[in-house]
Amino acid sequence: MASTAISSNEQYNFEIVKKFAIMSLVWGVIGMAAGVYIASELAWPFLNFDIPYITFGRLRPVHTTSVIFGFGGSALFATSYYIVQRTCQARLSSDGLASFTFWGWQAIILLSGISYMLGHTQSREYAEMEWPIDIMIEIVWVSYLALYVSTIMRRKQPHIYVANWFFLAFILATALLHTFNNLAVPVSLFSMKSYSLFSGTQDAMTEWWYGHNAVGFFLTAAFLGMMYYFVPKQAGRPIYSYRLSIVHFWALSFLYMWVGAHHLHWTALPDWTSTLAATFSIMLLLPSWGGMINGIMTLSGAWDKLRTDPIMRFLIVALSFYGMATFEGPLMALKDVNALSHYTDWTVGHVHSGTLGWVSMITFGSMYHMIPKLWDTKMWSAKLVNIHFWFASIGVLLYITAMWISGITQGLMWRAFDQYGNLQYSFVESVAAMHPFYAMRAIGGMFFLSGMLMMFFNVMMTVRQAKRESAALESKLSAKMAKAGLAGA
Amino acid sequence: MFNFKHEWIETNIGLLLVLTMLAISIGGLVEIAPLFYIKNTVEKVDGVRPYTPLELRGRDIYQREGCYLCHSQMIRPFRDEALRYGHYSLAAESQYDHPFQWGSKRTGPDLARVGGKYSNEWQVAHLTAPRSMVPQSVMPNFPWLVKNELNFSDIEDRMKSLRDTGVPYSLTKSEYDDNVKKFGAQTAEMLSIPDARKNLIAQAQSGNYDGNSGSISEMDALVAYLQMLGTLVDFRKYDDDAFVKYR
Repeated sequence: MASTAISSNEQYNFEIVKKFAIMSLVWGVIGMAAGVYIASELAWPFLNFDIPYITFGRLRPVHTTSVIFGFGGSALFATSYYIVQRTCQARLSSDGLASFTFWGWQAIILLSGISYMLGHTQSREYAEMEWPIDIMIEIVWVSYLALYVSTIMRRKQPHIYVANWFFLAFILATALLHTFNNLAVPVSLFSMKSYSLFSGTQDAMTEWWYGHNAVGFFLTAAFLGMMYYFVPKQAGRPIYSYRLSIVHFWALSFLYMWVGAHHLHWTALPDWTSTLAATFSIMLLLPSWGGMINGIMTLSGAWDKLRTDPIMRFLIVALSFYGMATFEGPLMALKDVNALSHYTDWTVGHVHSGTLGWVSMITFGSMYHMIPKLWDTKMWSAKLVNIHFWFASIGVLLYITAMWISGITQGLMWRAFDQYGNLQYSFVESVAAMHPFYAMRAIGGMFFLSGMLMMFFNVMMTVRQAKRESAALESKLSAKMAKAGLAGA
Repeated sequence: MFNFKHEWIETNIGLLLVLTMLAISIGGLVEIAPLFYIKNTVEKVDGVRPYTPLELRGRDIYQREGCYLCHSQMIRPFRDEALRYGHYSLAAESQYDHPFQWGSKRTGPDLARVGGKYSNEWQVAHLTAPRSMVPQSVMPNFPWLVKNELNFSDIEDRMKSLRDTGVPYSLTKSEYDDNVKKFGAQTAEMLSIPDARKNLIAQAQSGNYDGNSGSISEMDALVAYLQMLGTLVDFRKYDDDAFVKYR
């Protein structure tokens, strides 16, 4: 038992996977706590406490950056390093480079958070990091690409497994998007401030080309890589259709990059661009659902696992939310629907059904599968995994229901006319009407955060238990060795 | 016949990388690159000018406090928005915005044409304590804006980097002359980088945005910025459907 653990540690670099996995949970706790806090600020504004560093405007990017890049990003580093090593049966090509991506990435998230609270921001959503941090990201990301590709080149069999295609597309796309969206002129070498190279319409288009593909590649393609490995593993069955995964991959990679402009319907962006984006958004439904079906059908013949295996539940519910969010997305990309939904909480709800329902759930499931394997033990409490599942599910449902109601209400109130053709409501009346739903959203967030805390605690206890087990095993082994040595003498 | 096998890609990392890169590059290329070349993307209108030094610093503070997360600056061409906010926003109106501040969410109202809608006194009181003016508001208080003195020690550097991106702030005499032709002498004066400091102080003192003429606060700059938003184009000069052809 101990000897297999040692040999797999020599065969694979699991230390780096462990580090990223733990940090992913740490950022998850921090980022979701920040999310709950800013949600509460909208419901109860006194929580801003007149302290500049924690006002909504400065804390919101702390939330988005810690959950997307801290929690999601670290989880992707962890699982991609795990998957690439196992599917290629090769060790990461460089321990030093792997370590560099770890420390670099953690420094980036930490510095971003601090800099936002101090008021340094590019004010580009999901790309708020100022130019010095952008350069750090560029360097770490190129190292990641180099490490990933060189590890694949060491593979023991001719085929590159499908999960790795998705991770590669994610790494390439992120590099491309990050580079072009962050072109800026710094005020001086010693100033954090910079001004974006593009302006107005072109700048808006570049930002949402980035913004939507942060969703498309960072939060979708990469997590699909996770799905293509952990769902078949946990189900103990091969992926439903290999052919479908080929179509899924190419269609998704090609189509996603066209749809960003649906964030700019009815704006000063020319119509041809936003119409093109709407068209591609609808086409995108096909590969998205193809991927979802591919994942869910992998379980066919083993459906009973849903009753008994909480990990499987996480994975399948994640895929269901993926299916729902990728149906809702094209719907909201229709210009007529968008006229109502844009600028409202509906968008916020949509994003969270993707990020809480899909991204977080698939991460939780994958982590609960991977962590016991990494530490060569069982989860400390299987019961707590199950409770986490229910807390997370209730949390998402409360959150998105609240945002649907508030979003549609806002949209309808803004466009309501009275019998004389005047606006029926003042803006602030719509703000006041949101209060109960903002409170409900904050409570949904608290449920989700509580689940995250349970997971963190469970994993910490699992690591402790693994250490105790291996210490016990070692002492047993050395006692045996000593005995054998005596007998030999 | 050329007989394609997907297996070639699956077994060749170089091919996989190149084809993936190709697949993900086309969308952005087709949708973004033409926006720089198609002339109708940005309308030709009179009145739109770069920000004065004081307004620019105000805009920096607007970004710093994350205002864009709750306030859009992009009015859509709908009847309700026309009644609530005014004429729909033109691309030309944000042509000097590095970065754009169109926003994506209206937790608070759109601000694209907020300039002149409220008095300076209202703006200062509202920014300092929003609920003193609008009881149901959920906006944070920003009491530090009146207290913080405005730092404009690097105003020239800021304008120079914007000049590098293509904003017509003038460094030389010939650039200044171009601005006189383009915007008139009064505006050209405000866009001159060597005079930035002088102009900033003069505008803050004559505008007296925060009600305290003794010092120049961050509030002075932010209110100066808010009060000019959406005021540059005189829509009375144009026909109702003058801008339709650009959309």
